[in-house]
Amino acid sequence: MNARKTLQLVALILVVAIAAALSFTPIQQNMKLGLDLQGGLHVVLQGVDTPDHKVTRDDIKQVQAIMEQRVNGLGVAEPIIQVEGDNRLIIELPGISDPDKAIELIGKTAVLTFRTADGKVVVEGTDLKEAKEGMDSRNNQPIVSLTLTSEGAKKFADVTRANVGKQIGIYLDNDMLQNPKVNEAITTGQAQITGYASLDEAHRMALLLNSGALPVKMEMVEKRTVGPTLGADSLSKSQVAAMVGVGLIFAFMFLYYRAPGIVAIVSLILYSVIVLGAMAMLHATLTLPGIAGFLLSIGVAVDANVIIYERLKEELRAGKTLRTAIEEGFKRAFTTILDSNVTTFIAVAVLYYLGTGPIRGFAVTLGIGIVASMFTAVTFTRWLLRAMVGSGLIKNNKLYGA
Amino acid sequence: MNIIGRRKIWYALSLLIIIPGIISLLLRGLNLGIDFTGGSLLQFQFENTVTVEQVRNVLDQSHLGSSTIQLSDGNNVLIRTKTMDESERNKLVNDIKGQVGNLTVQRDEIVGPVIGKELAQKALLALAIASVLIIGYITVRFEFKFAIAAILALMHDVFVVIGIFSIFQIEVDSSFVAAVLTVVGYSINDTIVIFDRIRENLNRKKRTEDLESLVNRSVLETMTRSINTVLQVVFVLVALLFWGGETTKVFTLAMLVGVVSGAYSSIFNASPLWFDFKQLEKAQRSKNRAKTA
Repeated sequence: MNARKTLQLVALILVVAIAAALSFTPIQQNMKLGLDLQGGLHVVLQGVDTPDHKVTRDDIKQVQAIMEQRVNGLGVAEPIIQVEGDNRLIIELPGISDPDKAIELIGKTAVLTFRTADGKVVVEGTDLKEAKEGMDSRNNQPIVSLTLTSEGAKKFADVTRANVGKQIGIYLDNDMLQNPKVNEAITTGQAQITGYASLDEAHRMALLLNSGALPVKMEMVEKRTVGPTLGADSLSKSQVAAMVGVGLIFAFMFLYYRAPGIVAIVSLILYSVIVLGAMAMLHATLTLPGIAGFLLSIGVAVDANVIIYERLKEELRAGKTLRTAIEEGFKRAFTTILDSNVTTFIAVAVLYYLGTGPIRGFAVTLGIGIVASMFTAVTFTRWLLRAMVGSGLIKNNKLYGA
Repeated sequence: MNIIGRRKIWYALSLLIIIPGIISLLLRGLNLGIDFTGGSLLQFQFENTVTVEQVRNVLDQSHLGSSTIQLSDGNNVLIRTKTMDESERNKLVNDIKGQVGNLTVQRDEIVGPVIGKELAQKALLALAIASVLIIGYITVRFEFKFAIAAILALMHDVFVVIGIFSIFQIEVDSSFVAAVLTVVGYSINDTIVIFDRIRENLNRKKRTEDLESLVNRSVLETMTRSINTVLQVVFVLVALLFWGGETTKVFTLAMLVGVVSGAYSSIFNASPLWFDFKQLEKAQRSKNRAKTA
């Protein structure tokens, strides 16, 4: 028995055990769960071209800013609002309790106009910079204050001067939201609307006014909501499936390959820590397909071990000593592992490039898995196997599958 | 075991599955879910047990008679309809609440027809790009004939999966696309490991051994690996199929069919095909020689 090698073997296994134990909590805390696992809302909005205006990326960016403002009011912890392509906006609200309310808010995609009593459009939504609710300090009544753009301020000044004492209707598409009376000419670009029953009502009005400032009409082309109980159910079921699947792999590796099988199991644990750790560090989102991807990548990682061990057996059968068999086995197995993994990686990269949402999550997990599996197979597994052979604890070639 | 010698049997077995699949694909196509066709999907959890008829009645009133309704556990209902807008959808949910019973909405999806069309296009594009890149890589690392044999084996697996899903009319969603592409990745992986062995054995070829027995030996030498590896993946997939959630079923099933088909085609199609290509090349060469002579 070689004391130094035995110590090395024990140390390597201990390092993995400690790494696994220490990383458990941080990984769990940093791993974001996808909509399908924690419940939530996913919406894709698409700008609608009109005969005289084709939707541009700038339009969508403007919509994005408005949506961010609207969503802020909902109290969602980590909303995702991103532009896709030239005419789409993706909104994801994880963990939202009332998706219907959010849809109502997001869905208000109509165009805002201010119209005179005879129906003439005098001011448009794009002239409005911001609408904000508040309390009038003089009489403690809820109000909505409007801030207009410089161009809007000019228009507004003209219109209010001409319509003192008359009413100006505020319309979303063709629905009248409110019909306030003009008390005096407003030339500063700052206006106030009164007449709300509560601050809440004023708040809703402000939101609607802001929403009307959309530069283009947006159409909802995709919506997916997952209830929180369904999400939690999916998560717990996947966890059970993961344990069963990994358990079967471990059992098979141990029963079929014996001593190297144990090495494979320790390597796989390290592999899992690396993959999950990388995902947590990249703040990748764990989705249901992502879990499937992770489990499948364990299959790939085992494959590297299987290739090496089959080589090892062949070398032993060819009459080589255990030590040279291991070195030869690794050397010969490496090109095989490289070529086979590069081709798989190509498929995964294409999947990532063309996929969206959860499919991307799947591709990311599988991709990280392929790289990590090559790393652990050719470095860690090798050290561990060398240490095991060197330690002299297990001398019988039969225990290496020969 | 003589695998190469019996290659006609293996080809025939493959065709036995692929041809009915292609016929079904041409006649009936795939049972495309709302991810492809566009449409609405609602999943309700009722407080009490309900029947399909109760839900069907409400749908009929709303002129959604052609919708599909799926009931599980007595109170879990999945409804797929044509694309509804927000107000239609709200009305339906309220009607069902009023007439069938109290419920919570578990899933609520609307996919516009634009999105669905894009998905199908992207899927085909992805398959094409992946195939070209893989051919390129194998040609560089091995040779063009290996690449063609590998791609044929890969197409075999794609057609087996799509064909079986068409024959049994299993509904496919966007995860099906991911599954098919992953199968492509796996199938090629399996094939490469065997080709790698053929390449290695060719480099150390003894004069007495002919190509047929060399290829056969290579397939046999890697057989344990091929089987053991596919077993590990099958372990995971079976676990996901039986213990995982409902939402990943289509994905898992497609993967399972594909991975098993992939293992088969790697062993029984890819290398025999390569051997046939080599034979063809040899025949062509001797023919040319005969001409010039």
